[in-house]
Amino acid sequence: MASHYEAPIRKPLVIGDKGYHDVTVDIAAPVEGRANKHWWIVFTIALAAFLWGVGCIIYTVSTGIGTWGLNKTVNWAWDITNFVWWVGIGHAGTLISAVLLLFRQKWRMAINRSAEAMTIFSVIQAGLFPIIHMGRPWLAYWVLPIPNQFGSLWVNFNSPLLWDVFAISTYLSVSLVFWWTGLLPDFAMLRDRAVLPFQKKIYGLLSFGWSGRAKDWQRFEEVSLVLAGLATPLVLSVHTIVSFDFATSVIPGWHTTIFPPYFVAGAIFSGFAMVNTLLIIMRKVCSLEDYITVQHIELMNIVIMLTGSIVGCAYITELFMAWYSGVEYEQYAFLNRATGPYWWAYWAMMSCNVFSPQFMWSKKLRTSIMFSFAISIVVNIGMWFERFVIIVTSLHRDYLPSSWTMFSPTFVDIGIFIGTIGFFFVLFLLYARTFPVIAQAEVKSILKSSGSKYKKLRDSGQPLYQVSTAAPKIIDLTNGNRKNSTLDASEADEANVVSEPKLELEKEAMSLLATIGKFDAETDSADDLKLVKGIGPKMEVTLNQIGIYTFAQVSRMTSKEYDLLDSITGAFPGRAQRDDWAGQAMKLNNSKN
Amino acid sequence: MYTVSNRLRMGAIILMIVGLVGITYGFLSAPSSIEEAKAMVASHDEGHGEDHGKSDLHTTDGHSANTDKKEGHAMSSSDHDAHVYHQLSNKPWSALYVAAFFFFMIALGVLAFYAIQRAAQAGWSPLLFRVMEGITAYLVPGGIIIFVILVLSVLHMNHLFVWMDPEVVAHDALLQGKKGFLNPTFFLIRAAIFLGGWIAYREYSRKLSLAQDNADDNSNFKLNFRISAGFLVFYLISESMMSWDWIMSVDPHWFSTLFGWYIFASMFVSGITVIAMVTIYLKSKGLLSDVNDSHIHDLAKFMFGISVFWTYLWFSQFMLIWYANIPEEVTYYVTRIQDYNLPFFGMIVMNFLFPVLLLMNSDYKRLNWFVVMAGVVILAGHYMDIYNAIMPATVGDQWSIGIPEISAVLFFAGLFIFWVFRAIAAAPLQPKRNPFIEESKHFHY
Repeated sequence: MASHYEAPIRKPLVIGDKGYHDVTVDIAAPVEGRANKHWWIVFTIALAAFLWGVGCIIYTVSTGIGTWGLNKTVNWAWDITNFVWWVGIGHAGTLISAVLLLFRQKWRMAINRSAEAMTIFSVIQAGLFPIIHMGRPWLAYWVLPIPNQFGSLWVNFNSPLLWDVFAISTYLSVSLVFWWTGLLPDFAMLRDRAVLPFQKKIYGLLSFGWSGRAKDWQRFEEVSLVLAGLATPLVLSVHTIVSFDFATSVIPGWHTTIFPPYFVAGAIFSGFAMVNTLLIIMRKVCSLEDYITVQHIELMNIVIMLTGSIVGCAYITELFMAWYSGVEYEQYAFLNRATGPYWWAYWAMMSCNVFSPQFMWSKKLRTSIMFSFAISIVVNIGMWFERFVIIVTSLHRDYLPSSWTMFSPTFVDIGIFIGTIGFFFVLFLLYARTFPVIAQAEVKSILKSSGSKYKKLRDSGQPLYQVSTAAPKIIDLTNGNRKNSTLDASEADEANVVSEPKLELEKEAMSLLATIGKFDAETDSADDLKLVKGIGPKMEVTLNQIGIYTFAQVSRMTSKEYDLLDSITGAFPGRAQRDDWAGQAMKLNNSKN
Repeated sequence: MYTVSNRLRMGAIILMIVGLVGITYGFLSAPSSIEEAKAMVASHDEGHGEDHGKSDLHTTDGHSANTDKKEGHAMSSSDHDAHVYHQLSNKPWSALYVAAFFFFMIALGVLAFYAIQRAAQAGWSPLLFRVMEGITAYLVPGGIIIFVILVLSVLHMNHLFVWMDPEVVAHDALLQGKKGFLNPTFFLIRAAIFLGGWIAYREYSRKLSLAQDNADDNSNFKLNFRISAGFLVFYLISESMMSWDWIMSVDPHWFSTLFGWYIFASMFVSGITVIAMVTIYLKSKGLLSDVNDSHIHDLAKFMFGISVFWTYLWFSQFMLIWYANIPEEVTYYVTRIQDYNLPFFGMIVMNFLFPVLLLMNSDYKRLNWFVVMAGVVILAGHYMDIYNAIMPATVGDQWSIGIPEISAVLFFAGLFIFWVFRAIAAAPLQPKRNPFIEESKHFHY
């Protein structure tokens, strides 16, 4: 890891001509910019679904569980199906953040933040179902082993449902701590870039006073590794214990020893599908295609193919063992799944989970964004059906044929499920607007080994530190984002740190022009500086008065020049840096030529 | 290039000879008649000062040996004597089979590890490819020996697989139901397909790996990547079925869906342990100079992690069966806890507690001698795992670890060392043109 060397045949993980500062700007952009119309439309739909779900939950709690479609034979249906589905989706986040960290998979760095956010949001959805199912959610604390004088009876430690309580709450806490630890340097980055004092205050609080000192980083690395070590057994344990809910029973189709690892594989399978669903949209909406590349999607598709195949192997094993066991109840349970009244659910599960991921053997298909998106939705549907098949199909034919029945969900069942989907997206959409959605500090740590800019420099035998395309005089790669206390700090030009003494306006203008170059009206032609976002007509006039006319000049500005400019104009301090005028001007200048 | 030292070769040959002598002794000292068996058990019991009635109870309670397939366990004393005779005559065969399978599964576990490294395009491990290829070379002799033992079982030379006996099947409705799968012909065809598939991949991948050394492009490497990914699918299915066939079916009434993956974890961790041990041995000879402590550290992490994973699968299988307490299933563990108490729980200590405690500290994972010590415990523990899987069904409570068992281990250890190091000496120890070889050399944790 310490080595920046990477085999030449590895494809870059950050594409485009990205330096350290570009990473900062690109990842801060969705937080610092304004929400567009699409965001508001999607948010409104999600909020409506959420509110509908809230209505259904209130109806359930105030009326009773009788509002659901449960009956005396199928006494567990959508509630537990949805619960297991949501818990399963959560697994990919922990797998990406913990297991892939231990396996040193650099590609995880572009996706771990959002995957972990997804984990937390989906575990919240999952946690709702047992609480609602209690009927009296205000007594939810009764599942905790607390002394009897608090009103509960001592809990039954023999019950896997109780193990679930501990497993899931531990999982949620560790995931939350892991997520937040990773967020600290990134919140600090937002804090240091924030212009409004209110935002600065909030991100300052969220970043727990991250200072960017070496000691901070050393502790950060250490705690990440420890948490990864703790979270890895958690990935296995949570869905294992969920599987125990079924496998410890003696119901045919439920009692089978392969359940623990097969549930875990299925959970990772569905979790990666959901990560793909979310990130394929997010990379487009937030313009993060350079960080969440097609290669990332391809690798996630490979994980989906792998876990799908493992799940398929488990399905076949179960089928075979049902026959091999010679137990007629087991044999009937599986025959009934495939050919009974719920045959459609079984075959939906089979085709979505086992057959559809096999398309990913084709390189062409797994690198197609549209196809990956479609498969990710298909897998999510399939994994919902898997739980439905296991739960409802096993229950609806019990040992007493006179009680055989079917299950039909009521509008409340459906409403609560839709509501959790809405809630999930409400949380995710809010997250996407306020959190750094990519772990920028971690991406920066692999930039030199895996960024396409540095790979190209290395391939052509050039030193990595001479990469300024705009001005040969300014070597500073970071465009001098000197306030950034994250990784940039090491790159920052030392001269930038010295604060400027107050000088006379004219002298300031002179020194400003000295570094960014003078405008010569005979050889150069003036550019329309208003094309740079953040420069209005008034600012353009001011800039012209100072002597700045061209994109080339603006593109050479660093934080030193920004500060000079701020002290000259006195308007919108920090604006130029936040909007990255230099970066914008560089692009405009390049497209002009 | 590595050449096998004379000491190592002689050591391996001596192990084989000693082992062979012991195995022969084991077969010769097995009872040839019911009377002899009776006498042996009687003298054994006297030695222990136990009364015969107690051991009688044991066998019937534990429902241990599959030679007893009749309903109702009220055995007459002559039935019981015949039963003990079968168990004792199975004993040298079982000892041979357990050891043969144990060393074979090391090679098979390494094969999976190797294919995963190839398919995952891992950057740290290419320096170890030649070691892994050397170990998987044992698939050929090991596979042939297993196949021969299976053929001999089908020919009724032994009674390891009770379902192969038409007499037994005729009185057993459950086994009649399984006839479509558990029949000698299909059994041998499956074994041939599994062995053929594994050996074919191993030989082809090895060929491509060697060809890559002298190639001008990466085509061999890419092809190796593709076949490895495809092979893993075959492996996933064949490995599960192999474990049902070769191990689970010695208890033909019992079934567990997790069994295949459980055996896989055993194979995987044993294989990785042997990679680490062989690598450390070669390093101690001054070879593999580019392999550094970080590589050993990584192997030790895998030993640690997969040991925990094995325990996870062991616990899942045990807990679910114990908790549900369905008679057909739980009898498997009842036998083991009653008749095999020490080996059964001792194995868990060796396979879980020892690796966790020894390899938890990251500094210890870099100490070569320490990794070897932990590896010895892990290997012994997984031998016991296979022992516990086979013996209760074949020899029942007549188990012991004596000359036949130890000799079989010595023989196969000698053969394994002889064959593996010969294969390692057959090619340069460091792959030359693997595109990831530089990454592997730079590997630093």
